[in-house]
Amino acid sequence: MPKACNLKRIVINKMANSILEVNNITRSYKSGNRELTVLQDISFSVEEGSIVSIVGPSGSGKTTLLGLCAGLDRSTSGSVILNGIQLDHLGEDERARIRNRYLGFIFQNFQLMPTLTALENVMVPLELRNEKNIRDRAMTLLEKVGLSERIHHYPVQLSGGEQQRVSIARAFSTHPKILFADEPTGNLDDETSDRIVQLLFDLNKEAGTTLIIVTHNPELAESTHRIIKLKGGHIISDEPTRNAVLSA
Amino acid sequence: MDHLSSPEHKQINFSWLLTMAWRDSRRNRGRLLLFISSIIIGIAALVAIFSLENNVRKDIDNQAKSLAGADLIMDNNRAPDEAVGKLIDSLGEERSAQCSFASMVYFKKSGGTRLVEVLALEGDYPYYGSLETIPAAAGRDFRGRQEALVDKTLMLQYNAQPGDTIQVGELDFRIAGTLTQAPGRTGVSTTIAAPVYIPFRYLEQTGLLQKGSRFRYTYYFKYGSDVQMNKQLEAVKDTLERSGWDYETAEFRKQQTSRQFDDLSKFLTLVGFIALLLGCIGIASSINIYVREKIHGIAVLRCLGASGLQTFLIYLIQIVVIGLVGAIAGAALGTLAQQLLPVVLKDLLPVHITTAVSWSAVFKGLGLGVIVSLLFGLLPLLSVRNISPLYTLRISLEPHPSWKDPAQILLFGIILLFVCLFARLQMESWMQAAVFTTGILVAFIILAMAALLLRWAVKKFFPSALSYVWRQGFANLYRPNNQTILLIVTIGLGTLFIGTLYFVQGTLMNRVSLSGSGNQSNMVLFDIQTSQKQAVAELAQKFQLPLQQQVPIVTMRIEEIKGRTAEEARKDSTLRTPRRAYEGEIRVTYRDTLTDSEKLTAGKMDGSGHQQGQPVYISLEKGWAEYIRVGVGDSILFNVQGTLMSTVVGSLRDVDWQRVQTNFRVVFPTGVLENAPQFYVLVTRVPSGEVSAAFQQSVVQKFPNISIIDLGLILRVLDEVLEKIGFVIRFMAGFSIATGLIVLIASVFVSKYQRMQESILLRTLGASRRQIFLIITLEYFFLGALAAATGILLSLAGSWALAHFSFDAPFQPSWPPVVILFFAITFLTVIIGLFNSRGVVNTPPLEILRKEV
Ligand SMILES: Nc1ncnc2c1ncn2[C@@H]1O[C@H](COP(=O)(O)OP(=O)(O)OP(=O)(O)O)[C@@H](O)[C@H]1O
Ligand SMILES: [Mg+2]
Repeated sequence: MPKACNLKRIVINKMANSILEVNNITRSYKSGNRELTVLQDISFSVEEGSIVSIVGPSGSGKTTLLGLCAGLDRSTSGSVILNGIQLDHLGEDERARIRNRYLGFIFQNFQLMPTLTALENVMVPLELRNEKNIRDRAMTLLEKVGLSERIHHYPVQLSGGEQQRVSIARAFSTHPKILFADEPTGNLDDETSDRIVQLLFDLNKEAGTTLIIVTHNPELAESTHRIIKLKGGHIISDEPTRNAVLSA
Repeated sequence: MDHLSSPEHKQINFSWLLTMAWRDSRRNRGRLLLFISSIIIGIAALVAIFSLENNVRKDIDNQAKSLAGADLIMDNNRAPDEAVGKLIDSLGEERSAQCSFASMVYFKKSGGTRLVEVLALEGDYPYYGSLETIPAAAGRDFRGRQEALVDKTLMLQYNAQPGDTIQVGELDFRIAGTLTQAPGRTGVSTTIAAPVYIPFRYLEQTGLLQKGSRFRYTYYFKYGSDVQMNKQLEAVKDTLERSGWDYETAEFRKQQTSRQFDDLSKFLTLVGFIALLLGCIGIASSINIYVREKIHGIAVLRCLGASGLQTFLIYLIQIVVIGLVGAIAGAALGTLAQQLLPVVLKDLLPVHITTAVSWSAVFKGLGLGVIVSLLFGLLPLLSVRNISPLYTLRISLEPHPSWKDPAQILLFGIILLFVCLFARLQMESWMQAAVFTTGILVAFIILAMAALLLRWAVKKFFPSALSYVWRQGFANLYRPNNQTILLIVTIGLGTLFIGTLYFVQGTLMNRVSLSGSGNQSNMVLFDIQTSQKQAVAELAQKFQLPLQQQVPIVTMRIEEIKGRTAEEARKDSTLRTPRRAYEGEIRVTYRDTLTDSEKLTAGKMDGSGHQQGQPVYISLEKGWAEYIRVGVGDSILFNVQGTLMSTVVGSLRDVDWQRVQTNFRVVFPTGVLENAPQFYVLVTRVPSGEVSAAFQQSVVQKFPNISIIDLGLILRVLDEVLEKIGFVIRFMAGFSIATGLIVLIASVFVSKYQRMQESILLRTLGASRRQIFLIITLEYFFLGALAAATGILLSLAGSWALAHFSFDAPFQPSWPPVVILFFAITFLTVIIGLFNSRGVVNTPPLEILRKEV
């Protein structure tokens, strides 16, 4: 992160190498007259370089939590501090810049831009940063995920697994400090899933990228460093796995 | 937070925005094409009119002299007296005289008779341009012989050929040729008064030069230079004015023609603008859909860190470029369409119209295209700024149109201002422009309300007892992503406009034919001399025609109003008496009672006639009295063909001018004018065309000086004139109708994408083609029917208002075309809906799933 290092940061309550800090966040929706609390009083923090999985039954609030951590949404109360920056009071455009600078995303349904080719999809975050050699870097990344043959295809011309690999290449392109993945393998077969998980873990090893993965797959969860279990909008457990000890 | 204002994030990389705009448009160009086509026709209409305007202005400049045919023209309805005669002889290098009047002519071969404008011409007029005739030489040669030039419409009507004989007054003329064009004349003006030229020297022998007829004496002068003309004119101006002679220079006539043309082009521009506005709805709706389809991509971009402004700009660039492309295509089409306009307008303009490419018109069109694209494209585009990246996680959420967005409100204001400004340029006052803008706005709101009401009603009273297909068809009207409001507003506005045009035309036609129906008079004979009065009445009775009215007429001029002469009135501007009040001859009758088309509004009219020793109490028509600014008790001094006669206004009357009767502005009491030179008017009713022709023929044979107005003919002439004007209006309306159709196709086409996914799903779940067809048919039927009905109602209201306030005519729409319009629009909507959805029905579902929807 050559550029980011030069930036001054307003550091609020920064704990020793924690990249993400979630303090007492609550998120509720108003539907009609009723108020529906989806997340209640959630707190945790994530160390830089670790791999965390969030699990829980459907509707327990995993996606909501991820959205809040990544600054895609605002919490009803509580605060989110990402890389030392408190997101809660920032405007949408300011948060957009933070996303572009520090964050990467992988979605369950890939979320590639349908009007762009695979290559262009990977290029966009770099272009947004006005970087150099964008094309070459994007090509290298696509090669890395094994899609060098497919760079000029549009998303509709790619299979689900291929689309997901493009979205991983895109997420990697900016060397994010932290990468959010919402069920990255939910739509894929076991073999493809394994390859994708391997790609993610390699990134973590090589660049020290922090991974936060929402998953229904217990095997995948077990292979991360730490599992946060959600149920009914509460954290019911937050424990390290065997791998955490190994990596530490 | 300064880490956010680092330079590389602050600056917006414009070339990247361009690239993104290009990439983004790549996959959906088809949809942008609809956007383009929405404005093409509106821009084409305007560019065609702007070009016409420039070209005609140039043409008028170039043909200024041949418009007038001479450098200087002067005229009066009295023959020149000795002083003026000398003066005329001293003017110009060359001069021509012309005496014109209305008279019956008789076509010997066919036996037809008709009232025409006879022009007795002496000299070489026109000095610029020519009397265009077939054969060409006739325009020059007829002057030396006992020959006439007869207008082409007359030649056609009476199936006459050059060489035939035409009787004018008591004299026969050989028809030398067919007159196709005379200086300053338009097709419409010759339809109203068909010209017949004869040599001046035979005028005397026609026996038509009798007192009582209305003659117009015109003199044409040719000068070597304008300087010389202006010098001479300056010297004689006062004498001319004092003796009642009007004069105009070629330059003045040119300006007048330009002014008339201005009115025409402003009207046409407004009609073209409406076509463009209709197209603007197309722009707004296609951009709206376009943006909706892009929400997903926009959300991803936002997720990746693009700012609201950046995403907004990516689409703004697309809109500007597409708007420009549409405008260029429109300008090209307009330049082509312009080639047609001379054919359309040739009867309304006195110049030969050229059709050069007008670059200023093209650029105006381009500018206008980009501006309206921006204004109307921005409307749906503004919401792009508010699309949350959260959509990447939950796609189902619909973007709420944020009415509270101040930018949106500001944009609405700008659009209204723009429409109002443009209208103001084509209209006389801000008031009219405001009424125009408000009218459109109100129509828009009412249509949107109707759509909301439909949505609400269908939801509230949902017919759950119906079969699945019906329920689905109904439900499509209010479910998420419905096109109800958009389609109803577009189709409704289109219908409104077409309907209004139709009704207004109908009202104008009606107004004319109303006065011709029933047991009303339909023939007027005038210029009957006192000595002929008895004989004419007997002739009419021989034909068993009723003598519905036989009225004496005395012509006179106004000398003084309230003791002031024309000159004094002109100098004293506080009087505000219009100059026109003193000009021209007034035809006056005398009687002591009101007719049944008159009502007394002020003063009194006692039935006893003029009392010796009392002032002469006259009765004025109310509107005219207001115009010349007199009331009961004011004095007016008349000049009754040489004799001065002072009068006092005794009463005011309301006159129903719609009735075919001899109506008068001024009515004298009996006992005053009996011995003045006068002629009679006879009003009657002929039962049929044959009787009319036979009667006219024997009148013209026995009394060549008598003119006959055949109402049937007038109606036909008016019909013809309205037909010519109607053609222009229909031609222009054609642009709007075409735009309406395209916008309709665009909206329906675009809404297909909203339904596509769903129809495919239905197909996958096993719905039959017939079922899907039915669902689509029902949905579009409801939309089309409601839009057409609302549009028609609005156009009825609008036309009523126009008829009532602008034309002052009764509004009686004929219903069968209304019904036809309703079904036509509804049918068209359904057809277009089905046609656009045929893909869904005919392709196997899998294939469509593979395609990008
Ligand atoms: N906009 C909203 N309005 C109201 N309720 C919402 C909204 N978004 C989410 N919810 C509710 O919040 C709860 C949590 O949703 P969320 O998507 O976070 O669940 P999840 O844990 O990701 O489930 P899954 O594993 O099925 O993806 C759900 O009950 C959902 O209905
Ligand atoms: Mg989820």
